[in-house]
Amino acid sequence: MDAIHFIHLDWTNGLYLFIVGFVGGLVSGFIGSGGAFVLTPAMMSLGVPGIVAVASNMCHKFPKALVGAMKRHKYGQVDIKMGLIMGTSAEVGVLVGAHYQELIKQNFGDAGSNLYVSVAFVIILGLVGGFVMRDTIKTYRSGESGDEEKPTRLSLWVQSIHIPGTMVYFPSLKTRISILFTIPLGFATGMLAATIAVGGFIGVPAQMYVLGMSSLMSSATELVIAFVMGVGGTIKFAWGGYVDIRLAMIILAGSLFGIQLGAIGTTYVKPYMIKLVMGVIMLTVLVSRAMVIPVYLSQLEIISPMTTTTMTLLKNVSFSIMILALMFGAGIILFAMLKGRREHSQQPIALKLPA
Amino acid sequence: MTQPTQPKGQLLKVLGWGAASIMMYAMLLIYEQQILKWSTKGHWFFVFPIMIAFAFSFVHGHFTGEFWRSLGIRAKKSSSTQ
Repeated sequence: MDAIHFIHLDWTNGLYLFIVGFVGGLVSGFIGSGGAFVLTPAMMSLGVPGIVAVASNMCHKFPKALVGAMKRHKYGQVDIKMGLIMGTSAEVGVLVGAHYQELIKQNFGDAGSNLYVSVAFVIILGLVGGFVMRDTIKTYRSGESGDEEKPTRLSLWVQSIHIPGTMVYFPSLKTRISILFTIPLGFATGMLAATIAVGGFIGVPAQMYVLGMSSLMSSATELVIAFVMGVGGTIKFAWGGYVDIRLAMIILAGSLFGIQLGAIGTTYVKPYMIKLVMGVIMLTVLVSRAMVIPVYLSQLEIISPMTTTTMTLLKNVSFSIMILALMFGAGIILFAMLKGRREHSQQPIALKLPA
Repeated sequence: MTQPTQPKGQLLKVLGWGAASIMMYAMLLIYEQQILKWSTKGHWFFVFPIMIAFAFSFVHGHFTGEFWRSLGIRAKKSSSTQ
C-alpha cells in the first residue's frame, strides 16, 4: 500500500470540521440522512486525500447514526426490524456500488468517476427531490394540517400483495409486507450511499412512498440503515488503513450536538416539514452538482477544453452552493423548531380561552 | 422545548459526562500520532478505530444529550407515528 498522507491538525481546521459536523448532524437528526454529503468535500478542501476523507466520513457516520437512532427510538419513531432488514440489503448495495465506482475509475480515470457521481446526483435528486417537493407543496396548498399522512396508491398496492414465505410484519406499517419489496429498496439505498454518500435520499422517500411509512418513521428508521451501512463501510476502509480517526472524532464531536437537537426538533414540527427540508436540500445540491458537470466533460474532452480559472471558479461555486444547501436546511429546521415551541407554549392558554 | 425547572442532579450529570468527554478528546489530541499509527495499520487493526468510535459515541453522546436537557431543550412528547 502507498504511504497515506494524513494532514496536520490545528485549531482552525478542527473548529471548521466541528461546525460543519454540527450542521450536518442537525440535518441528519431531522431527516435521517443528508448531512454527510458535504463532509467529504469539506475535508478534501483541507488537503485530506479523497479516500481518507470518504473513510473518515464513514467512520463518523455510524456512531452518529447510532446515537440518533437511539434518541428517536425513545420517541417511538424507529422500526428496528425494517432498519435491520433494509440495512442488510443496503450493505450489499454499498459493496456493488463501490465495485462499479472502482470499475469506472479504472476505465475513465478521476474525471470519469466524478462525472458519473455528478450525473447520478442530478438524475436521482431531480427525480426524487422533485417528487418530494411536489408532495410537500400539495400538502401545504391543500390546507391540511399534515398531522396525518395519507398512504400512496403504490404503497397500498405493495401492502396488498401476498407472497408466501416472504411476508414480514413491520410495526411501523402495522401490517405484513413481502421482503421482496424491501430488499431492492435497501439495495438501491446502499448503491446510492456508495455513489453520492447519502443513501437516505432514496431510502427515506422509498419508505414513505413505496412502503407507506410516515415521514417521521422513515427518517428515523433511515438512521438504523445508516448505522448498519456505516459499520460495514468503516470495516472495509479501516481494513485498508484509510480511516483518520482524529478527523472522524472531531466531526463526531460537532455532529452529536447537532443530531440530538435535530431529533428533538422532529417532535415539534408537522410531518411535512421533514419532506420540505429534504426536498429543499436535494434540489439545492442538484444545482451544485449540475454546475461541475461541464468541468468533467471538459476534462474528458467531450466538450471543448475550459481554462483552469473557469474550472476552479465552477468548482468553488458548486462547493459554496453545497454548503448553502446544508445551511438552508439547518435554518428551516431551527425556524420550524422555534415555531413549534412557540405554538406548544401557547397551547395551554388557547385551551383555557373557551372556558 | 424549554422547561423552566431543572432537576438538581442535572448539572452534575452534564459536568460529569462533559469532563469525561473532554478528557477523551484531550487524550486523542495528545497521543494523536500513536493513535493514528495504530488505527491505520489496516487488516485486523480495523477493530481499533471502530472501538474508539463506539467509545466516543457513548461518552460524548451522553454528554450532548445531557447538555441540551440542561438547557431545557427536550422532546415535546413521545410521538409514535403512523
